[in-house]
Amino acid sequence: MNRLTLIVLKVLVWIACLAPFCWLVWGAFTNNLGPNATGAIAYATGRTTLRLLAITLAISPLRRLIPKLAWLIKFRRLVGLFAFFYATLHMLTWVALYNSFDLHAMLADIARRRYITAGVAAYLSLLPLALTSTAWAIRKLGGKNWNRLHMLIYVAAICGVAHYWWQMKPGVLTPLAMTVVIAALLLARPVLAWRNRRKAQPTTPA
Amino acid sequence: MLIGKPPDIPSSEITSRDAYLRYLSRRRFLKGAAAAGVAALAADRLGQLVSPRTTVHAGTKLQTVPSPLTTTGEQLTPYDDITHYNNFYEFGVDKGDPSKNAGGLPTRPWTVKVEGKVAKPLTFDIDDLLKLRPLEDRVYRHRCVEAWSMVIPWVGYSLSEFIKQCDPLPSAKYVQFISYYSSRVEKWAGQDPGIYWPYSEGLRMDEAMHPLTLLTFGLYGETLPNQDGAPVRIVVPWKYGFKSAKSIVTVRFLDKQPPTTWNDQASYEYGFYSNVNPDVDRVPWSQKTERRIGLPFYQQNRTTLMFNGYTDQVGSLYSGMDLRKNY
Repeated sequence: MNRLTLIVLKVLVWIACLAPFCWLVWGAFTNNLGPNATGAIAYATGRTTLRLLAITLAISPLRRLIPKLAWLIKFRRLVGLFAFFYATLHMLTWVALYNSFDLHAMLADIARRRYITAGVAAYLSLLPLALTSTAWAIRKLGGKNWNRLHMLIYVAAICGVAHYWWQMKPGVLTPLAMTVVIAALLLARPVLAWRNRRKAQPTTPA
Repeated sequence: MLIGKPPDIPSSEITSRDAYLRYLSRRRFLKGAAAAGVAALAADRLGQLVSPRTTVHAGTKLQTVPSPLTTTGEQLTPYDDITHYNNFYEFGVDKGDPSKNAGGLPTRPWTVKVEGKVAKPLTFDIDDLLKLRPLEDRVYRHRCVEAWSMVIPWVGYSLSEFIKQCDPLPSAKYVQFISYYSSRVEKWAGQDPGIYWPYSEGLRMDEAMHPLTLLTFGLYGETLPNQDGAPVRIVVPWKYGFKSAKSIVTVRFLDKQPPTTWNDQASYEYGFYSNVNPDVDRVPWSQKTERRIGLPFYQQNRTTLMFNGYTDQVGSLYSGMDLRKNY
């Protein structure tokens, strides 16, 4: 891929990733977030986090499946960091708008409500990934350790989906689509690894 | 900030819905212009063209009188939000569903059957109920168990006035309210497989007789829109919203506690009493705070008050009761 295409694509990814945020800022300014603005902000930031996490998780299996798409790796960090950006906004909604920075109330919430526990766990799993997203951190940790650490994204995705289900009213099935997508992306990893091993076996000397 | 009218005035003087909507669009214009210039306005208008507001099924103006039982010092929630942010599961589980789906609710002719422990079973026509007592303007705080709240100018009279007409027997200790249910009109109800319809709610007799408990026919000086429980509903301002049954077709007097819909669903989470209580939160949401509907996001959060702020009036109903046990 040439430099110009890469730049154009990066700009497009930035625009796409910032669009939900712009929509929220716009809605907040014009008082167009619906009757329950706080709820709308919480839902939009949470949903966007999961979507971007799913896109981040899709890049590795896609590259394995279609070698021509190997260049997608150039976008993984960007999308992953945007997932973290929305996760942070989501977290701030809870801290500021729902709890007015009341630490005691937040701790009680974490202890009491499993969807909050799962949500905070998901966020805490993403935090070290964002902090070690620089080239310097990768060098410092070494590729192997870095890869191992970044398996935390699986924890974040699973906790995120659990958090989505547990805050829904019983009987509401909205999180189903996202659950299927993330489950497929997680399952794709062992399946593709197994397929690769089988392919590799005849040609590799024992 | 939205509506500057003090709430303790008769609805004839409360900003009408149309005037309010004009006001709202004017306000939007100013905000939009300030925020992002004329382009903002153009996009806003475009948005309204693309997805116009759902029709409001409201109606006739009602003759009302002021009431000393009205709540003062609260800013009213806009009509548009009261009528587009509803929990009325028969018409769908999303907040916006009832305003879209409740159009087919047949509110005329309408009768309310009275049965159970009464001198003799009766049937009231809705038009007779409207004339039974003078209709009062009663502003109440409304607190949903989902931790959101509104301030609503209801129209109605104390349920006790109606109960007196029903002539209940001394053995009547509870009142049950049954909501309208037709699987033809409310096809959405069937989508929630766990709930047994029709919707049922209930009160202890002394709660039902309390002057704050309102037999409600309207809001903002007009008949109730369908999605808010037309043509007649109960409003119990010191309890979570689901205790206030909508679109009532039967009132049944009983000697024991009636089964109630959400209590049947999850008795651990939704008690029979379900008084607003910031110290008891068995449900998935903390009840210590609430989000006031219709305000900008940074002004929504507020502290929830015991009995939704009506302790002075209703606290004595529960003296000696352990409200942690009887949640």
